[in-house]
Amino acid sequence: MAVAGVLHGRIDARRYEANAATRESPWVRRLILGTALSFFALFLLMPLIAVFAEALRKGWLTYVTALSDPDALAAVRLTLLIAAISVPLNLVFGVAAAWSIAKFEFRGKRFLTTLIDLPFSVSPVIAGLIFVLLFGAHGWFGAWLFAHDIKIVFAVPGLVLATVFVTFPFVARELIPLMEAQGREEEEAAVVLGANGFQVFWRVTLPNIKWGLLYGVILCNARAMGEFGAVSVVSGHIRGQTNTLPLHVEILYNEYNFAAAFAVASLLALLALVTLGLKSLVEWKARQHAPVDA
Amino acid sequence: MSIQVEHIHKSFGSFVALDDVSLDFPSGALTALLGPSGCGKTTLLRVIAGLERADSGRVVLAGEDASDTHVRQRRVGFVFQHYALFRHMTVFENVAFGLRVKPRRERPREPEIRARVMRLLELVQLAPLADRFPSQLSGGQRQRIALARALAVEPKVLLLDEPFGALDAQVRKELRRWLRRLHDELHITSVFVTHDQEEALEVADLVVLMNRGRVEQQGTPIEVYEQPATPFVYGFLGAVNTFHGRVERDGLRVGETTLAHDSAPLAPGVEAIAFARPHELEIVTDPDSAEGIAATVSRLLNFGANARVELDSPASTADSGRPMHYEVVLPRDQVQALGLVAGQRVRLVPSRIRVFEHRAA
Amino acid sequence: MTHRMPVPLGAAPRFNPSRQTRVLPGFPLALGYTLVYLSLMVLIPLSAVFIKSASLSWPEFWAIVSNPRVVATYRLSFGAALLAAAINAVFGLMLAWALVRYEFPGKKLIDALVDLPFALPTAVAGIALTALYAGNGWIGSLLEPLGIKVAFTPLGVLVALVFIGVPFVVRTVQPILEDLETELEEAAASLGANRRQTFTRVLLPVLLPALLTGFALAFARAVGEYGSVIFIAGNIPMVSEITPLIIITKLEQYDYVGATAVAVVMLVFSFIMLLAINLLQAWSAKRTGRNR
Repeated sequence: MAVAGVLHGRIDARRYEANAATRESPWVRRLILGTALSFFALFLLMPLIAVFAEALRKGWLTYVTALSDPDALAAVRLTLLIAAISVPLNLVFGVAAAWSIAKFEFRGKRFLTTLIDLPFSVSPVIAGLIFVLLFGAHGWFGAWLFAHDIKIVFAVPGLVLATVFVTFPFVARELIPLMEAQGREEEEAAVVLGANGFQVFWRVTLPNIKWGLLYGVILCNARAMGEFGAVSVVSGHIRGQTNTLPLHVEILYNEYNFAAAFAVASLLALLALVTLGLKSLVEWKARQHAPVDA
Repeated sequence: MSIQVEHIHKSFGSFVALDDVSLDFPSGALTALLGPSGCGKTTLLRVIAGLERADSGRVVLAGEDASDTHVRQRRVGFVFQHYALFRHMTVFENVAFGLRVKPRRERPREPEIRARVMRLLELVQLAPLADRFPSQLSGGQRQRIALARALAVEPKVLLLDEPFGALDAQVRKELRRWLRRLHDELHITSVFVTHDQEEALEVADLVVLMNRGRVEQQGTPIEVYEQPATPFVYGFLGAVNTFHGRVERDGLRVGETTLAHDSAPLAPGVEAIAFARPHELEIVTDPDSAEGIAATVSRLLNFGANARVELDSPASTADSGRPMHYEVVLPRDQVQALGLVAGQRVRLVPSRIRVFEHRAA
Repeated sequence: MTHRMPVPLGAAPRFNPSRQTRVLPGFPLALGYTLVYLSLMVLIPLSAVFIKSASLSWPEFWAIVSNPRVVATYRLSFGAALLAAAINAVFGLMLAWALVRYEFPGKKLIDALVDLPFALPTAVAGIALTALYAGNGWIGSLLEPLGIKVAFTPLGVLVALVFIGVPFVVRTVQPILEDLETELEEAAASLGANRRQTFTRVLLPVLLPALLTGFALAFARAVGEYGSVIFIAGNIPMVSEITPLIIITKLEQYDYVGATAVAVVMLVFSFIMLLAINLLQAWSAKRTGRNR
């Protein structure tokens, strides 16, 4: 859920270690640091390394073969397509929601914010289930869709819907606190100076939120490309057609084709690393642009 | 351009920010809206600007009802308390903003924009900083840029919300003088909000005192200081000494003495409260004198041109029943001539008091 | 004042809420779009679960959700999620503490990698953890001789849920810890408190709301988690089967009603957790004076 604020400055820890009142005795420090780092290594670092180690266990040739398999390439294309549709949808929504919630006062604002968060607390499996209930063969619109020869579940539209649902809050979630913190004064100043609505948004608001926006988009994209549970329910697992990359990993794994499964998985792990890298970059940039006199 | 507000009401939920406020700001004057925080002064300023909409009442700009005019069309310059500079734009771009967002047919050409912005930056003496970002400026510099930005669109009135509020004491004084000079040059109708009485009295042509959403008094600095209309105004504009007593035919009865006064007569028998400024009290060293009220010197602060004498008087008691505390400011040589020491019993004789009917707070 | 009123005084109050203008533009459009999109994408689809389950009578519903095999999945899903969140509360706090308070090599990298479970697709995490903890894996082969089996047992479920919960606690506690004035600890020290007393009496009470929020977030997420668990769990009915998997299994058997009934139980739990988390965050904001 809410990831630590973009504008958060990391402070040099040396000031704690130099201060007698905030410093632990050396062995306590060693114990805490040792435990924390072991925990990190055991639960975060090792799985990451394992992905790449397993992927390359049978050598580069197997690795490259697994990735150039037509089904794998189809999965890559489908994953990109789904992200390309669902991320912009949630981006527009996130901006609209943040604009109305952060810049205006109205009744039920807190409640609306909670509703926007709702998809984060729903199991991904249920996120898939709801669209099966609506659009599946036995769903509410199933007969009508069948009559009109429209496929939603077990087809790309269903995958997009499920993905939009699970990534729904990402952009809004980043923008609301950021825009609330920035207040209304700059926009009001622009209006007093004669700017119209479009000019206020384009020239004043957007430049101020661009890093937060980018941050939200990056997280939204990572989840959109990596979602498993929700798309698994609506996909139907048709090879080369409704298989996204994570689903392709599952199929290969269940066929005991471990090397190929990990090869494809390593692609997704790389995506995760790129995401984290971009995220750190954006955080750093946002700190650079944060006002000195917050 | 003159500004009138008529019967303005504004509440936020159950909090009444403005309660039937009617005011007239004459053309070309620099007016201060003065009052404690929460008195409604900033709300009034925002209503005039069109940033808040009054629940009822009218805002009249240059003789025209502007209540329904959008802030965009009101042609007011507004300087925000925290400046609201666009942090992603340079100083130059901040000042140019109002010109750049004009509709194409009204928008000046680029060279014209350049010239106008630079002229304004010269005016606020910050031309060399045109390419800096707001975060690279000091508080006083930001303030001046905010002002230049507001002036760039040639507003008919200039509204400033606590223009010196976020600055430290030294810069405040400087900018105060500078704003006064600038106003004398431009003569644009200006209203600024402040909670600092010294600032209001020093800078403004006219002072409007506000309290709890109402106007207490409006007048020139001398008028409001010398003839405060209400106890609130008296108390807000500088240090005061207070006497509690009862109105009699020949004066105000405080303890066992009667103090003469020249303010508007009140009906005899009325509970009253009287005020005197620290320089309006005299000290008589003979403790048995018939004049004034008995008091004991508690402390002498003897530095600078004037000395301050602090006294307690059991003869005059506050509502709480504790002896009243008094402060007298005297020229230093006079204190020396009187030979005052702490603990000495004296009489306090007001040279001038103003009496108001006492209403329980 | 010298100026005469040039316009007659308005006699009647001119307040009319429908005419109330807002200074900033776009409110009706932005809010309208937000509400429509939210309803279409989230609220209406979610309501389908409740409407569908309404076709069941209460005894039918109860029979499905209290079936022993289903109840066994609750026990595992909720139990393991609770334990995983507790583990994360302890170690997550230590990790956050180390990242804020200590300087050590690789700190920036570790700080960035804490978010890995947010960024790494759950299926990838699932197969990676399975490979590590299987009998022939790097960690599994060390534990096997000690008689500890992780993969394909409930313990495996716990490992996966710990993995996905790590960032929640770290990222809620970390900003609070960074904002903490050192003056608090200096005051405590000057009053004669030792380090342990300062931590338990001064720091922990300040961190507690955030810590509980992180715990609740990790718990809520873990209960619904699917991708990272199914590979390592082994999915043995009554032993290592999780609730989300029951829904999938019922769907694969075209038992939509059954799947929906179990989904209702999970959704109700999610709503309760959402409410609890909101209350915790409000408490945290009050306690620390910061918003979120």
